[in-house]
Amino acid sequence: MRRDEARVTKCGSPMTIAAGTPLREFAAGFAQDRVAVTALAVLGLILLAAVFAPLISPQDPYSLGELDILDSKLPPGSKSAAGMTYWLGTDEQGRDLLSAIFYGLRISLGVGAISTLVALAIGTAVGLAAAHAGGWLDALIMRLVDLQLSFPAILIALVLLAVLGQGVDKIVIALITVQWAYYARTVRGSALAEKRREYVDAARCMAFGTARIVFRHILPNVLPTLIVVATVQIAHAIALEATLSFLGLGMPITSPSLGLLIANGFVYLLSGKYWISFFPGAALLVVIVAMNLTGDRLRDVLNPRLASHYGA
Amino acid sequence: MTAMLAFAAKRLAQSIAVLFVMSALVFAGVYAIGNPVDILINPQADQAEIARATAALGLDRPLWLQYWNFLAGAVAGDLGRSFVSNVPAGYLILERMPATLELAAAATVIAVALGIPLGLWAGLRPDSVSGKAIMAGSILGFSLPTFWVGVMLILVFSVELGWLPPTGRGETVTVLGVQLSFLTWNGLKHLAMPALNLALFNLSLLIRLTRAGTREALAQDYVRLARAKGLTMARVMRVHVLRNILIPIVTVTGLEFGSLIAFAIVTETIFAWPGMGKLLIDSINVLDRPVIVAYLLVIVLVFVIINLVVDIAYAALDPRVRPDGRSP
Repeated sequence: MRRDEARVTKCGSPMTIAAGTPLREFAAGFAQDRVAVTALAVLGLILLAAVFAPLISPQDPYSLGELDILDSKLPPGSKSAAGMTYWLGTDEQGRDLLSAIFYGLRISLGVGAISTLVALAIGTAVGLAAAHAGGWLDALIMRLVDLQLSFPAILIALVLLAVLGQGVDKIVIALITVQWAYYARTVRGSALAEKRREYVDAARCMAFGTARIVFRHILPNVLPTLIVVATVQIAHAIALEATLSFLGLGMPITSPSLGLLIANGFVYLLSGKYWISFFPGAALLVVIVAMNLTGDRLRDVLNPRLASHYGA
Repeated sequence: MTAMLAFAAKRLAQSIAVLFVMSALVFAGVYAIGNPVDILINPQADQAEIARATAALGLDRPLWLQYWNFLAGAVAGDLGRSFVSNVPAGYLILERMPATLELAAAATVIAVALGIPLGLWAGLRPDSVSGKAIMAGSILGFSLPTFWVGVMLILVFSVELGWLPPTGRGETVTVLGVQLSFLTWNGLKHLAMPALNLALFNLSLLIRLTRAGTREALAQDYVRLARAKGLTMARVMRVHVLRNILIPIVTVTGLEFGSLIAFAIVTETIFAWPGMGKLLIDSINVLDRPVIVAYLLVIVLVFVIINLVVDIAYAALDPRVRPDGRSP
């Protein structure tokens, strides 16, 4: 990475930029913030833990044969009858909490990521359609978006789950429903701005088809903003799913996410058995904070108006 | 003046339209999906009995007619009876409303009383350790789920320290027919944790808003002039900075009141606070549809009214958004 090339910004202050491909420049910009790099590394470890949960867990927390009810609610560091150490203690069914957290991470991250990606796809399609079509279709879509965004996400998700009932698919539907409008509004705004740019005029002059202009010219220019929004949105989706599960309206007992683990332990919190709620809660905290820090840094690096660390 | 009235009338019409759309959505969602007869009637009932029950509930009529009847009842204040307690759903909601409003009001007071001073401090000294710590705290307050903070508050203040009671409303005093917790010491102790929990998001929001506004105002010429005149920093902050950033703060605090009532669902469930939000969760768990619908209509009404009032107040106060661009 070369950072010796100095330039003068419009404001007159000298700044350095990294030479090389845009991706390299971007990585160099990102790496200038130690906190963000640490957050990204933590996020990487969490992802690995989630993906390889069956391999690294001391116990399969949902195989009843491996659970011993006599080991119920043991404090952290206790040993099982078979000589295994429960580093984070056990829950009311004698389940190793560390293993339960690894599996819970899988479910929380999976639900958050899938719902965010689907909502991103739907919102992008609807936003592009609104920006391109204009007229009554645009007005109709945007009124719908305004209407939905004027109510808190948690309220809409609660109502949907009250109607649909419990289940992993239901909660994914609820999370998609509360998120799509946000992307639709963001995409429409950026797409309208891009539409007025010269390169779109140029593409029109070359008699390119509408589809080509929308997908090959406008979409790639809208996408970076969206990716940043999505990073932080995954954290929001995970937090919302955890909240719904805590309220007993989210994940079914057969697929316990971090929120459901916290809810299960909450009953025992008042009798001093803090660990059943506390450790899943700590895991949730680390996930959300790491994602927010990474997302904030991505936004700073990709935002041309704040290009103080990065080539303009 | 007439333009202003026309604007208010147009905005009111929009609000009523939103209410209709939302009532139709709520009705379609909660009433038309699933069959309440299955829950209400004995499973061994024969066809004739099911038909009788369906007719008695009006479920054999076409959907638009059912919606019309529901709407006519709602306008007259009749939101149906709870399947569980057979009490009018509207009455159940109103009975629980003061507890939720007290909680939301206490949360607003906490958010304003802490958020503005902390935001001013962080805006005045953005590079100091304390300024950075305040900002870090506000980022945490934004990103952490409310229920998580609630669980941790109970763990620290009830389980470990034993200072505050974890659940319930405590002793209440009846003032003008409304029960209030904050007038007794015991009630205040019960109110403290839920109110702080609910306040956290708005507190973080106000810190950011105040900090950004302060930094912007401090760079303005009129602040420099005030300092150059020899006014003390305290006076400049109070008169020149705070006055100017107060409008967005008041707006956001007002707009967020509806969200507070919605987010009270989570806080009330954690701290077993007997408000509307806890009633909603309890009703969802037993599929008590009339109560769910009544709650939703009440909260939609609250949101629509808040938005309407803020929009009209804004148009009256800020010439830039006023419809004719002149003074009313």
